[in-house]
Amino acid sequence: MRLRWLIALLAVLCMAAAEPPPAPDRPLPNAAQEARAERLFQEIRCVVCQHESIADSPAGIAADMRRLVREQIGAGRSDDQVRADLVRRYGDFVLFRPPLKGGTWLLWFGPLLVVLAAGLALWRFSRRSRVDPEPLTPEEEARLANLLSAETQRHSADATSSNLERSKGDS
Amino acid sequence: MAALNRRPDDVTAELGAFGLVLALALAALSTGLAAAGRARRSPVLAGAGEGAALASALAVALAFAMLILAFTTSDFSVENVAENSHTAKPLLYKIAGAWGSHEGSLVLWCLVLTAFGAVLARGRLPFGLKSSAVAVQGGLSTLFLAFAVFTSHPFTRLDPAPFQGASLNPLLQDPALALHPPLLYAGYVGFSVCFSLAVAALIEGRVDAAWGRWVRPWALASWALLTVGIGLGAFWAYYELGWGGWWFWDPVENASFMPWLAGAALLHSAIVTERRGALQGWSVFLAILAFTFSMLGAFLVRSGVLTSVHAFAVDPQRGLMLLGILGAAAGLAFALFAWRAPRLAGGGLFAPVSREGALVLNNLFLAAAAATVLLGTLYPLILEAASGQTISVGPPYFNLTFTPLMAAAALILPAGPLLAWKRGDLPGALQRLAWAAGLAVVLALAGYLLWAPRQAVAAVGLAMGAWLILGSLAELLDRVRLFRAPLAETGRRLRSLPLGAWGMTLAHAGLGVFVLGAVVETSFKTETAQALAPGSSLVSGPWRVTLNAVRVVEGSNYLAEQGRLTVERASGGAAREITAERRFFPAGGQTTTEVGLDFRGLDDVYVVLGERRRDAAGTGAWTVRAYWNPWARLIFLGPALMALGGLLSLLDRRLRLGVPKGRRTA
Repeated sequence: MRLRWLIALLAVLCMAAAEPPPAPDRPLPNAAQEARAERLFQEIRCVVCQHESIADSPAGIAADMRRLVREQIGAGRSDDQVRADLVRRYGDFVLFRPPLKGGTWLLWFGPLLVVLAAGLALWRFSRRSRVDPEPLTPEEEARLANLLSAETQRHSADATSSNLERSKGDS
Repeated sequence: MAALNRRPDDVTAELGAFGLVLALALAALSTGLAAAGRARRSPVLAGAGEGAALASALAVALAFAMLILAFTTSDFSVENVAENSHTAKPLLYKIAGAWGSHEGSLVLWCLVLTAFGAVLARGRLPFGLKSSAVAVQGGLSTLFLAFAVFTSHPFTRLDPAPFQGASLNPLLQDPALALHPPLLYAGYVGFSVCFSLAVAALIEGRVDAAWGRWVRPWALASWALLTVGIGLGAFWAYYELGWGGWWFWDPVENASFMPWLAGAALLHSAIVTERRGALQGWSVFLAILAFTFSMLGAFLVRSGVLTSVHAFAVDPQRGLMLLGILGAAAGLAFALFAWRAPRLAGGGLFAPVSREGALVLNNLFLAAAAATVLLGTLYPLILEAASGQTISVGPPYFNLTFTPLMAAAALILPAGPLLAWKRGDLPGALQRLAWAAGLAVVLALAGYLLWAPRQAVAAVGLAMGAWLILGSLAELLDRVRLFRAPLAETGRRLRSLPLGAWGMTLAHAGLGVFVLGAVVETSFKTETAQALAPGSSLVSGPWRVTLNAVRVVEGSNYLAEQGRLTVERASGGAAREITAERRFFPAGGQTTTEVGLDFRGLDDVYVVLGERRRDAAGTGAWTVRAYWNPWARLIFLGPALMALGGLLSLLDRRLRLGVPKGRRTA
C-alpha cells in the first residue's frame, strides 16, 4: 500500500515535470485596461491550438500572447494597434474576426446577400401569386363572348346528341 | 486480463467482418430489388427489397455487437481495440470506445442508417413512394457500408497482439460524451429518411399533403435527437475542458449545427406542406439539404481538412472517398430536384400576412442562418485553397452575422402561431401579444438599470428571451381563453389541448430559456485566478471559494490530485463542499481537469484546480480558477425543453393518425 502511494506521488511529480506550468497571469493594475485586454483575448486565436482563443487556451504560447497584449495595453497602445502588431507577427490567422478586405468581402457580406436574394425571390413570388387580371380590351371581350356562345352551343349540341344516342340504345 | 495470443476458436472479429460485408451485399440487393420492383410494378420484387433492407440492418447489428464484444473483452488482437481501449478502463468507456474511433463510429453510423431503412421498409406508405424510398435509402446504406468495408475496416487483426491497449483519449472518458455520439448520429442519420422520401417523391413526381405528413415525424425525431446530442456535447465541453466555454463556433460544432438549422426549417415548412399543400418544392429541397449537411459534417470531421478538437485524425484518401459519396448522393438528389421540382403542382395560395407567411419568414431566416454558418465554416478552407491566405473565422464573426438573423427569427416567432392560415389578422395577433411585449420591455429596462456593470446587449437579450417565453405562453393562454372564459371552461380546454400544442409552446419557450441563459452567462460571467495555499480563499463575483486540502487519490485508470473546496456567499450563507481534480492517465500520459461545480439556483460556481506551485512563503500552493457563471443552468435547460417539445409533438395522436403502425416504434 505504501509503495502504491509512492508510485502515485512519483506520477504526480512526473506530471508536474512533464510540462512546466506557464507563469501565472498577472492582471494589469488598471481595471479598465485589464477589461480591454480581456475583451481582446476573446478574439485572438492561440496560434498553435485547435480553434481556441488565447482567453481559453491553457497552452504556454497563449500565456505568452496574453502577456504580450497586456504589455502593449499597459504601454498605452490602442486595441487596433495591438491587433495590427499581432497580425504583423502571426498574419491574419491570429484574428478570430477576419479583417474586411478583398478576399473576405464575400465572407462578410454573403449573409446579407443571401437574405436580400431570398427576400427578392419571396417578393417576386408573392407578386406573381396575386397578379390581378387586367381588364380586357373590347376586341378580347368580343372574342370571349364569341367563344362562350360557341361553347354553349356545342354543349347543347353534345347534350342533344348524347340524348339521341341514349334513346337509340334504349330502343 | 488481456489475452496475449488469440484463442484459435475466437472468431468475434471475423464474425463482425462477415456481418459488415453481408450488410453491404444486402443493402446493394435491397436497392436493386426495390428499384426493379418499382420499375416493373411488382410487389413481390419490392417486398424482397424491403426484406433485404431489414436483413441488412440485422447484419450491421451483428457487426456492431461483435465490435462491442471485442471492446468489452479487451481483445487487443483487434487493431481498433488495441488503439482505443485499455484493460483498466471502466466498462462504460470500454463500450463507448467502440464508437470512439473513426472506424467504430462509422459502423454506428451505418447501423443507424440501415436501422432507419428497416423502419422505413416496414412503414405503410403507397407502393411507388415506398419502393423508391427504400431503394434510395438502400443506395445510401450501400455507399456508407462500402466506405466502411473498403477503407475503414474496424476488425483488422494484429499479430502478435499487444499486451495492453493505447486507451481512449481521457477527455472522451465521460458519461455525457459516451452518449453524445449515438444521439448525434441518430439525429444526423435520421435526416437520411427525409432525404430518401424527398428523392422518392421527386422520382414519383408527386409531393402532396400526405408526403408532408410522412416526412414530418422523421424530421421532428431527428431534430429532437440532434438537439439532445448537441446539447450533451456543449455540456461536456462546459465541464470537461476546464474554462467554462460551451460553444466555440468550432468548425466541427458548426458541422453539427448546420443540419440542425436545416432540420428546424424543414419541420416548419413540412407543416405548411402537410396542412396547406403549399411550399412542396421548398420542403423537398430542405429534406435533401438536411442530410446533405449531415454528410458534409461527416466529411469535415473525418477527412482531416479541418483542425478541430473533435476531428478524427484520418488520411486524405478517406476524405476523398467521403467527398465522392457526398458528391454522388447530394449531386444526384439536387440534379433530380432541379429537373423535377418545377413540375410540382402549386399548392394553396396564401396572403403574406398568414400562418404560412410567418413560417416562410421563419424559413428564410433559418436558411440564411444555415448559409452563414456554412460560409463561415468553409470560407477559410476555400480562401486558403484559392489564394493561400489563411484566416480564422471565430465567435466575433458569427456574433455579427448569425446572431442578428436568429434575432429576427425570434422577433417574429410568437406572432406566427397566432395568425390564421391563408389570411391572418396581424393587428389582432399583436394585440394579443401586447402584454408579453410590454413585460419583456419592462424586464429589459429593469435589467439595464439594475445589473452592474450596465450592458445594453444583455438587456436586449433579456427582452428577447422574455419575449420568446411570454409570447409562446400568450398563444397557449389565448387558446384556453384564460380570463376570457370561466375558469372551468379554461380548465376543460387546457385538458383537451393536443400534445402538439404543448410541444410547440415548450420548444419555443425552450429557445427563450436558452437565449436568457446564453446572454446572461456570456455578459456577466466573472473569472478569478489565484494561487491558494490550503486554508486560504479567493472571491469571484459574490462567491468566496476556500481551498481546504489537496490530496492524491487513485481512480481505476488514473491518479489525481483532488482539491476539497468550500463555496459560500462572500456575504455569508450556506457553505457547500465541492471537489475539483487534476487527473493523470498513465496509459496515454495525458492530464485532464475535473471541475468542481456548485449548482446555486440558476447559477454555477465553477472551480478548476490548477498546477501546484510554491508560494512566496515556500509552502505548497495551487492555482485555483473560480468562475461565476450566472444563469448557466438555463443554457442547457433550454435545449432540453426544445427536445422535449419535439418529443411531445411526436407523440401527438394527430400526427400519428394515418401514419402506419410500424412507424410508431420509431
